Amino acid sequence: MTATRFDLPVIEEETRPHWEAARDRRLLIRRCRACGVAHFYPRPFCPECWSEEVVWEEATGRATLYTHSTVHRNDLPPFGERVPYVAAVVELEEGPRMMTELVAAEPADVRIGMALEVDYRDLTDEVTVPVFRPVAGSVA
Amino acid sequence: MAWNRVAVVGAGLIPFGELFDQGYEQMAAGAFRAAVGSVDHGFDPALVDAAFVATQRGTLWGQEGIGGNTVPTAIGLAGVACTRIENACPSGSDAFRVGCMAVASGVHDVVLVIGVEKMRDKSSEEGLLARAAGGHPVYTRGESAPVLFAPFATRHMHEFGTTREMLAAVAVKNHHNGTLDPYAHFRNEVTVDDVLAAPPVCHPLGLLDCCPQTDGAAAVLLVSADRAQDFTDRPVYVAGFGTATDHPYLHEKADFVGLPATTLAAGRAYEMAGVGPAELDMAEVHDCFTITEILDVEDLGFCDKGKGGVLALEGETAIDGRLPVNPSGGLLAKGHPIGATGVAQLTECWWQLREQAEDRQVALRHGFALQHNVGGRGSGVAVVNVLTTNR
Ligand SMILES: [Zn+2]
Repeated sequence: MTATRFDLPVIEEETRPHWEAARDRRLLIRRCRACGVAHFYPRPFCPECWSEEVVWEEATGRATLYTHSTVHRNDLPPFGERVPYVAAVVELEEGPRMMTELVAAEPADVRIGMALEVDYRDLTDEVTVPVFRPVAGSVA
Repeated sequence: MAWNRVAVVGAGLIPFGELFDQGYEQMAAGAFRAAVGSVDHGFDPALVDAAFVATQRGTLWGQEGIGGNTVPTAIGLAGVACTRIENACPSGSDAFRVGCMAVASGVHDVVLVIGVEKMRDKSSEEGLLARAAGGHPVYTRGESAPVLFAPFATRHMHEFGTTREMLAAVAVKNHHNGTLDPYAHFRNEVTVDDVLAAPPVCHPLGLLDCCPQTDGAAAVLLVSADRAQDFTDRPVYVAGFGTATDHPYLHEKADFVGLPATTLAAGRAYEMAGVGPAELDMAEVHDCFTITEILDVEDLGFCDKGKGGVLALEGETAIDGRLPVNPSGGLLAKGHPIGATGVAQLTECWWQLREQAEDRQVALRHGFALQHNVGGRGSGVAVVNVLTTNR
């Protein structure tokens, strides 16, 4: 019996370009041509103004840490094997926030506002997810 | 002026806990009998002409397809109109809100609102944790309940200087209240040191910052306010209610220092009731985690934003404080059998307003009590109900 894993996203037609880009180490978000606001997750219309003129845009991958929690218990496979890990909400330079994981950081060194950059974790041959790591020298 | 078209004439629950020796239907029957037995002038169960059943996760007792027809047979009312309400953690309080509308509309005369939840029959991998873990099907995975609240604690501490001792004060207070509540799952005191030394779950939340998983059931009986005197000389009226939604995914939250669904729902309930926080004698609020009670008391307007951590620490929300919060022990000590939670909170408010809460009785000054749940994915839904003795 194969153990169920709970970390794999459901890739839909609408979001496939985002995931294909992630496999190529690029972070795609969407921006509205009508009002200019960028958004995440990718939607078929702008959540600010409902315009359907939304286009893919490659984000810089630069972000700051908005809030976080070091997870010590999570019985869901495969998260239990990773504890302790830092669950994080990051604010992209382009504006939108992402729920993600902060990697390559000691939990004790994690500070709200610290500068981050995108990194990638290959989950399977098909699926790569964006994660974030501190920009070198940014630890307060 | 308060809305006051509906009266609560009966309310009751079964003692909460790990009830491995009781099935879902037995728990439902126990809560129904408790509510029927509480009606001062007696109550013929055949008077019930509609029931609203709150059960959030039938899967936790192996019933994927639990529906509104499950409970009537269990309580001897096969044939009665019955609808299941599922609205995440506020399922019970929303079933109550819907039941009130059913009575106020004149469609139904006597309504039973009953919440029932089996939480402990399944292992965590089959149970709540796994079922709650999905998040957005695309972008947020692995979020167990503490992961949905701990980032709020981190940000609240960052912006307002809230401390782990303030979080702990909520657990200490609610566990103390639980020692006074014969229906509570946990009836032991804890100290600030106990809370701070408990195993970490999701920093800054430790084990004693988290509510347990609990089995339980609770029920209330609603009639038109005009008929209340037929059943009791001490009716409690429904002054108002409100519900609201918010973004369910954390990355779209406006900030991490409040739960907007609560603020919106409370505003609607206060407006309908014609009162504000200053008129409340007590409140039962959603303390699934210690930080949640701190967010609640701010979002409900009991204090300024950022000051919630001070309320429990300084005793303002103790049973003998300025505005007692969670005298029942709250979710932290009484337990959180999801569908039953809101109905049990309403039962506590009913007892308090009728001065039947024994050792945990609060002082009544204005005759208003508030009940609140917030939950669902990312605290995306909240319900607030306001009860009163004033007509
Ligand atoms: Zn737009």
